[in-house]
Amino acid sequence: MKNLVILGAGTSGTMMANHLVSSLPKKDWKISIVDQFKTHYYQPGFLFLPFDIYTTKQVKKKGSKFLPKGVSYIQEKIDLIEPESNKVLLADGQELPYDILIVATGTKTVPEEIEGMKGPKWYKNIFDFYTYEGAKALRDKFRTWEGGKLVVHITEMPIKCPVAPLEFAFLADSYFKNKGMRDKVDITFVTPLDGAFTKPRATEALHYLLEEKDIKEVTDFNIERVDHENNKIIDYADTEVEYDLLVTVPTNMGDPLLERSGLGDDLNYIPTNKATLQSTDHENIFAIGDATNIPASKAGSVAHFEAEILTDNILRYINGKELKEDFDGHANCFIETGGGKALLIDFNYTTEPVEGTFPFPGVGPLRLLKESRMNHMGKLAFRWIYWNMLLKGVPIPFVDAKMSEKGKQLEKTQ
Amino acid sequence: MKKIIADREIDVNEEGYLVDFNQWDKEVGRTLAEEHGISMSDKHWDVIEYLQDKYQKEEPLSIRGIKKSGVINIKEFYSLFPGGPLKKSTLIAGIPKPKSCI
Repeated sequence: MKNLVILGAGTSGTMMANHLVSSLPKKDWKISIVDQFKTHYYQPGFLFLPFDIYTTKQVKKKGSKFLPKGVSYIQEKIDLIEPESNKVLLADGQELPYDILIVATGTKTVPEEIEGMKGPKWYKNIFDFYTYEGAKALRDKFRTWEGGKLVVHITEMPIKCPVAPLEFAFLADSYFKNKGMRDKVDITFVTPLDGAFTKPRATEALHYLLEEKDIKEVTDFNIERVDHENNKIIDYADTEVEYDLLVTVPTNMGDPLLERSGLGDDLNYIPTNKATLQSTDHENIFAIGDATNIPASKAGSVAHFEAEILTDNILRYINGKELKEDFDGHANCFIETGGGKALLIDFNYTTEPVEGTFPFPGVGPLRLLKESRMNHMGKLAFRWIYWNMLLKGVPIPFVDAKMSEKGKQLEKTQ
Repeated sequence: MKKIIADREIDVNEEGYLVDFNQWDKEVGRTLAEEHGISMSDKHWDVIEYLQDKYQKEEPLSIRGIKKSGVINIKEFYSLFPGGPLKKSTLIAGIPKPKSCI
């Protein structure tokens, strides 16, 4: 009996368990999946929690419900991966030998990396919304907040869901407008990049949103520390941005398990081949989702597209066939713009987000890089799709793992 | 679009960043630096080499990464490439500026 072990039962791990249980012969392969937490969060829902658009019930469920029968589920903390002896050690002393290992341990926010961030003001007037606790605490704060300077901030790249901070700023604008207090709130977007938008087509198509919503930009801001006593963030050039309420995306890092095991880079991501998803250091280790170091976005849609290709490559590996360099960095993401509208972007390693229609040329029904109510419906409908299709490894109709050029205005017509 | 840098035709985007890293060499780098009021020293080149290495390995660039690598301390980085050091140094290095997905 051979062993395939999946570390992490989040989006990626759960999808892989579902894909593999129907692809690997039961008599030859035992599939195990390990996660320390019993709750599975719908992370895209965290954006909506602070604004009372979603409830807490809608963003979490018991994770084991989504794991297939035929897969052995172990709820335990993972201590160490020992690639030289092909085994994983759990915190309770269990040893899991593996013939194939899939690392799906994700990425987490680490506010401790910046001096003053996780101090006495954490969840008092400094919040994140990338965790369930943070989003909930911010929701409670917003419910009674009387206004002031709201600073939406990104610590450093890469972060998972890179558009979420912008969506947050857009939704904050709508939220306070709906409460009749938008004039009491000053919204500033602070980024280490040189703009809220960094790709030329997106900048041209979308910059108006910042002006229209009166969201100020502070760019090239590389935070050094938070002066929580005086309510300001300070960067290495001694530039200061004052806030009354700071909503920050802290440094994102991979799981410390990878550091302990000597398998991670300096941000604890596992070096992975960007086209095959095989570890660059161990041929029987594969990685998927936010845990890798590949240059694709850290997003659920990316993991969904990766899952198809990874499943295929694992079967090829088992059968001694050459792996296919099939993953093209495809990502497909809705971006809330407030007021009941959203954008959709569809891109990959080599094609930036461009205008067009999706998935069908002309007909759509979704519009790329343009606000529409249909796109917003799509974003909301996605929660159902996530729990009922995506996690179970059911393919999304008409959306292939590799990005399609159909319907895209690849050359800008003047 | 095309631009004459160090007596040759180089492909650059609207912001002046090289579109094809293969067209870069030290003369191109030196000329770009001069256009931005920077006189290249050995320390400047150390940083450029580090950035180009990260680019070729497809690893993301960040201030923290630079700090951790030990190639230079951050205050010095700001003084060598004033006014948005990551933006400036990547342009001189012939690599794209750090970007997000949109």
